[in-house]
Amino acid sequence: MSLNIAVCVKRVPDTAAEKKLDPTDQTLDRESVETILNPVDEMAVEEALKLKEAHSGEVTIISMGPEGAQPQAIRKALSMGADKGVHLNDPALHGSDAQAVAYALAQVVAKGSYDIILCGAESTDARTSLVPPALAENLKLPNLNFVKNVEVADGRVSAHRETDRGYDVIEGPLPAVVGIVWGANEPRYPSFKGIMASKNKPVETLSAADVGLDLAKVGLAGSQTQVVASGARSSERARNIVDNKDGDAHVKLADFLQQQKFI
Amino acid sequence: MPDVWVLIDHEQGVTSKVSHQLLTAARGLAAKAGGEAVAIFLGSGWATAKDRIAKYGATKALVSESTDYEDFLSSPSVETVSALIAERSPWGVLFPSSPSGKEIATRVAVRSGLGVLADSTNVDIAEGKLSCEYSAFGGSTLVTKTLKSGPFLICVKPNAFVAEESAADVSEEKIEASISDDAKRVVIKERVQKEAGGRPAVDSAAIIVSGGRGLAEPANFSLVEGLADEIGAAVGASRAAVDAGWYPHAHQVGQTGKTVSPQLYIAVGISGAIQHRAGMQTSKTIVAINKDAEAPIFSMVDFGVVGDLFDIVPKLTEEIKRRKGGG
Ligand SMILES: Cc1cc2nc3c(=O)[nH]c(=O)nc-3n(C[C@H](O)[C@H](O)[C@H](O)COP(=O)(O)OP(=O)(O)OC[C@H]3O[C@@H](n4cnc5c(N)ncnc54)[C@H](O)[C@@H]3O)c2cc1C
Ligand SMILES: Nc1ncnc2c1ncn2[C@@H]1O[C@H](COP(=O)(O)O)[C@@H](O)[C@H]1O
Repeated sequence: MSLNIAVCVKRVPDTAAEKKLDPTDQTLDRESVETILNPVDEMAVEEALKLKEAHSGEVTIISMGPEGAQPQAIRKALSMGADKGVHLNDPALHGSDAQAVAYALAQVVAKGSYDIILCGAESTDARTSLVPPALAENLKLPNLNFVKNVEVADGRVSAHRETDRGYDVIEGPLPAVVGIVWGANEPRYPSFKGIMASKNKPVETLSAADVGLDLAKVGLAGSQTQVVASGARSSERARNIVDNKDGDAHVKLADFLQQQKFI
Repeated sequence: MPDVWVLIDHEQGVTSKVSHQLLTAARGLAAKAGGEAVAIFLGSGWATAKDRIAKYGATKALVSESTDYEDFLSSPSVETVSALIAERSPWGVLFPSSPSGKEIATRVAVRSGLGVLADSTNVDIAEGKLSCEYSAFGGSTLVTKTLKSGPFLICVKPNAFVAEESAADVSEEKIEASISDDAKRVVIKERVQKEAGGRPAVDSAAIIVSGGRGLAEPANFSLVEGLADEIGAAVGASRAAVDAGWYPHAHQVGQTGKTVSPQLYIAVGISGAIQHRAGMQTSKTIVAINKDAEAPIFSMVDFGVVGDLFDIVPKLTEEIKRRKGGG
């Protein structure tokens, strides 16, 4: 069975960069920082490419977000080997919370007839990991989240879901929404040929109206969560630092731990 | 009813520490909202769970005993919790902010047309309004959020609240939940335990001892484990240690691992890269052992030791053992 695969990817601020909230509306000031493809999403793309290699089929990259950043994320995935992209971009989407994002993505996904929809299990910026289960629920599809070792056979998908002491083997019917956990695989680097080829791959840009979004459900106004305030957390620490030159640092540390009642 | 519910996290009725923390939080919130703290218990083992739940002050429990909650992934819980909310409209529900807790909360939210907050580090009612704190950007920013309308669905981070006992009489109500076929689509076929139990899990531990590349080779993780066992800690690891295959990913702390806030975090042979700090800098007390006085980790410690971990860690473990023995 050839597989029609979708991968939802997100552009996130570079991990090492300073991040700040836009003081006017408390959304992430995305202009102020370098952005990269969410690292876990690269693993979701890699997983998709492996499924395509094993079963044949097509890989569509779906991303929602503003101009500039999102198309770059799609290009990166296309240069790794995905076939085409869909970019949902509309000013009405600005300020959407995770649930609103999932609702919007669901309308895009619903326009295709995908056998499997892959996501990263969590983004490095929001880290809510709410989008994949919310996407599944919007689509009324089964959800396998925080997984690796994804395998498809006979219209079913199985995977390993990380637990505290090992993993659970889980399995469900396709179509399904699958959230890939960090470390699931080593994402391939785009080859020079891949980068050149990606330039000719189609990327369709859709507006809210194109996918029939209910505007009451997206954007700042359509989001249930509201930011009331934000500020720098004070991170003052005692910074009591001792050198072990006399060989008794372990005693001083034990004293400290005892004072703090950890011993 | 302005009751505050807690979705109890448990294994065969053995309730987790996070459940006790959430019950403590629910008591405080219920007092302000003018309702009761209610435990939602799904699965098997209610007989075991009942006393534990009573100890942390739930006055009521809604109990649905079925193995469906263990045999199938998340969906049976989503179905029952959604149905209960529709029927009784509580003030809100607290979920553990764990992968499965968040997954259940989110899907309940979508199904019930409600909002959900993930990763809350504090939950309060201020001037009649829900107010949840959460740390953004690796703990450098504190954000206060609210939801437009209730019932409120809130995922609370482990260790956000300190569990306090307050014995109560629990009145229990058995719920007849018939789980639909739709909720039985994702099957848990096998539970593979690669590690023996005994040590606490990184996510919710009160103390974590983490090892990094400074340990030089995998076998040396035994030093970290020895110290951890002596003070009842979980074992964490930096990404460098995990990528090298020295320790499983479930133990990784940082931006692409767990975000933890234990009472005490001890970093051993970890430099303190920004992506590591993102996972641990909201820890209450931070201690580091590193031979490089310039290591960035020292900029954020309460107590730091500059020196060779191979010398210090075994001696520290012995010293702690001696003091514990000596009372
Ligand atoms: C997208 C992205 C995500 C990432 N996510 C994470 C994450 O989730 N978690 C994470 O930890 N990292 C993460 N990293 C990696 C991070 O940048 C660092 O590379 C990593 O944390 C370094 O691990 P380390 O401190 O163990 O190793 P090193 O930086 O090599 O530090 C080892 C330390 O050990 C000390 N040392 C050596 N020998 C001794 C001795 N005998 N006694 C005492 N001290 C000694 C050294 O002085 C040094 O400070 C991420 C990076 C990227 C790009
Ligand atoms: N704007 C977006 N466009 C496409 N996919 C997204 C978007 N936001 C989140 N996702 C997907 O949802 C995953 C989890 O993100 P989050 O819920 O933000 O932690 C990501 O790894 C992506 O796969």
